[in-house]
Amino acid sequence: MTDFSPTPDQPAAAQSSLLTLSKRTIQRNAAEKRFKAYGIAAIAVGLVMLLVLVTTIVGRGTGAFQQTFITVNVELLESKLDKNGERNIEDIKRVTTFGYAPLIKTAMQNTVADLGIETSLKTKHMAGLLSKNAVAQLRAFVLENPEKIGETVEFRFLAQSRVDGYLKGRVSRDSIANDKNISAEQLDLVDALVAAGVIEKTFNLDFILGSDASDQRPEAAGMGVSMMGSLFMMLVVLALSLPIGVAASIYLEEFAPKNWITDVIEVNIANLAAVPSIVYGILGLAVFINYMHLPMSAPLVGGLVLTLMTLPTIIISTRAALKAVPPSIRDAALGVGASKMQSVFHHVLPLAAPGILTGTIIGLAQALGETAPLLLIGMVGFIASNAPETIGEGLLSPNSAMPAQIYEWAKRADPAFYERAWGGIIILLIFLVTMNTVAVILRRRFERRW
Amino acid sequence: MNTMNMLDKTLDTNTTKIAARDVNVYYGETHAIKNVNVEIATNTVTAFIGPSGCGKSTFLRCINRMNDTIDVCRVTGDILLDGEDIYDKRVDPVQLRAKVGMVFQKPNPFPKSIYDNVAYGPRIHGLSKNKSEMDEIVEKSLRRAAIWEEVKDRLDAPGTGLSGGQQQRLCIARAIATEPEVLLMDEPCSALDPIATAQVEELIDELRANYSVVIVTHSMQQAARVSQKTAFFHLGNLVEFGATGQIFTNPEDPRTESYITGRIG
Repeated sequence: MTDFSPTPDQPAAAQSSLLTLSKRTIQRNAAEKRFKAYGIAAIAVGLVMLLVLVTTIVGRGTGAFQQTFITVNVELLESKLDKNGERNIEDIKRVTTFGYAPLIKTAMQNTVADLGIETSLKTKHMAGLLSKNAVAQLRAFVLENPEKIGETVEFRFLAQSRVDGYLKGRVSRDSIANDKNISAEQLDLVDALVAAGVIEKTFNLDFILGSDASDQRPEAAGMGVSMMGSLFMMLVVLALSLPIGVAASIYLEEFAPKNWITDVIEVNIANLAAVPSIVYGILGLAVFINYMHLPMSAPLVGGLVLTLMTLPTIIISTRAALKAVPPSIRDAALGVGASKMQSVFHHVLPLAAPGILTGTIIGLAQALGETAPLLLIGMVGFIASNAPETIGEGLLSPNSAMPAQIYEWAKRADPAFYERAWGGIIILLIFLVTMNTVAVILRRRFERRW
Repeated sequence: MNTMNMLDKTLDTNTTKIAARDVNVYYGETHAIKNVNVEIATNTVTAFIGPSGCGKSTFLRCINRMNDTIDVCRVTGDILLDGEDIYDKRVDPVQLRAKVGMVFQKPNPFPKSIYDNVAYGPRIHGLSKNKSEMDEIVEKSLRRAAIWEEVKDRLDAPGTGLSGGQQQRLCIARAIATEPEVLLMDEPCSALDPIATAQVEELIDELRANYSVVIVTHSMQQAARVSQKTAFFHLGNLVEFGATGQIFTNPEDPRTESYITGRIG
């Protein structure tokens, strides 16, 4: 006989008690418990990873938001800055930053002497504690306030990156053994100046609003300009991808006949969403720059490339949002004599709007964090002038973007730039998290249930 | 069922509003409606009955060309509304649907206010010149749909917040707000409880004074209660069409008899 026939010594099924679990039930319950344990373990691993990521980023990046400053009184000698004494702005402009260097040296020497600090350092090395940016800062001040020449003015100069690193713990006395940029004596002086309150570490708004700086002065570099670049790109992406994406989705979802052509289009859109972003970058290079001769490094080109990349995302999410509107609403509109277009624009689209908006924001957030295509179209412009001067030039002037700026900093040799890269990541993440939160809130707020 | 009453039901000798001539409907390869000929009179409630999938809803949707929205659907034959072929190339389905209103199986108010639900049709057809005229249309429609008293104090409340029966009456108000000549109802009571059903049925009887009403229903009692004429569909064929009293008491076709006595369907 078959295996299924009951053997005589087994009790018939009718006699089994509900109070004792059968073997199969025990196995099933055990399997369920195991599955739940796997799930919890997976979530725990994910959370730990996230925690490690966030603590690493915050731990390494927060330093960038603080900067070491040295407060010095500088005597703006007329003999050095305006030999004729006429306060003619053209004359004053003729003095280059080299002309300002002696003023700073003297100022540092006086500061140290006034505080009664003993040091064997030469004046040149005392002034070496300051950033190379200090002379530029001084000159900019004089050009703006020529009437101050002859007076003594208090300045807060950036300290050079080694001093900054010393205060943040990045640079130690051991690590400077082979470092030509700073010596042990200079660090002694730093200690003394910190004790005297001349050197202090404070919040640095220039990191958020300022421009990039050359390899020699990481302490002066900021994200501001690349933020503007990203903003311009996002405006282009929004202005192009939202109308194009929504129009395409509405046509495909509501009007297009369902045949093999639309099937092919649908499959291709899904495939485009999976195309590596660098491919869009090389396409943008070939089409927008080489063929259409749009300027390199311009946010307009970056925006166009990112639009190509964002479109599939927006189309897919918009179509999903349109699909989620129940057909009964369309029937109702058609039933009272609305045209197809009226039914879509009066009823379907408003109901799908939260979904469309969410998809758009998520698409924008993706585009905001995209780096690879920007590298190919040269959106890594080095802009050392500050934000207000570049804003006006807008879409066609060379610029950088936040992720590209981070990549640039991470590439540079000086560990001070490395810290700024982490800081940049924090700023970028704040933007992304904010955008995604807005998307979630919109979805929650306007979600309709039928 | 009181069969005696049904026999007494008077048949108005009305003019033909809609005439279907050899109508065939295909969904792709499926032949859903086969050679249907039917005449629907003015000021009459005509009921379409039959088992599920027999094509009665499909045929109903042909009368205001709602099937146009289905790509694979193909209709042959003529459906004449006041002697004009509604499938003529020159006919715009949008204009047709303003004349032939429809109420659906599931109440489907727009997720807007009660007022906007009713006002939407008149608004897109430009039936009112100003706000006060629109107010009038809305009130009249809601009154005719026997829901005015219940909603007059909350016209700004969302239509989706009403109960099922109220929603369906709101949908009827919406359908009649555009002053259609024919009202198509696709199982309007299938999602309603008996009390709401009774209200809607009463309403249908009142609507007969102004419109030709065509109602698809699964409930034979309902067909018997509200209609003057009944058409029995089976497997895409129009098996029998005649006065309601006659269909329910003395059907000619054995299939009709089997269905109304509960042996098929």
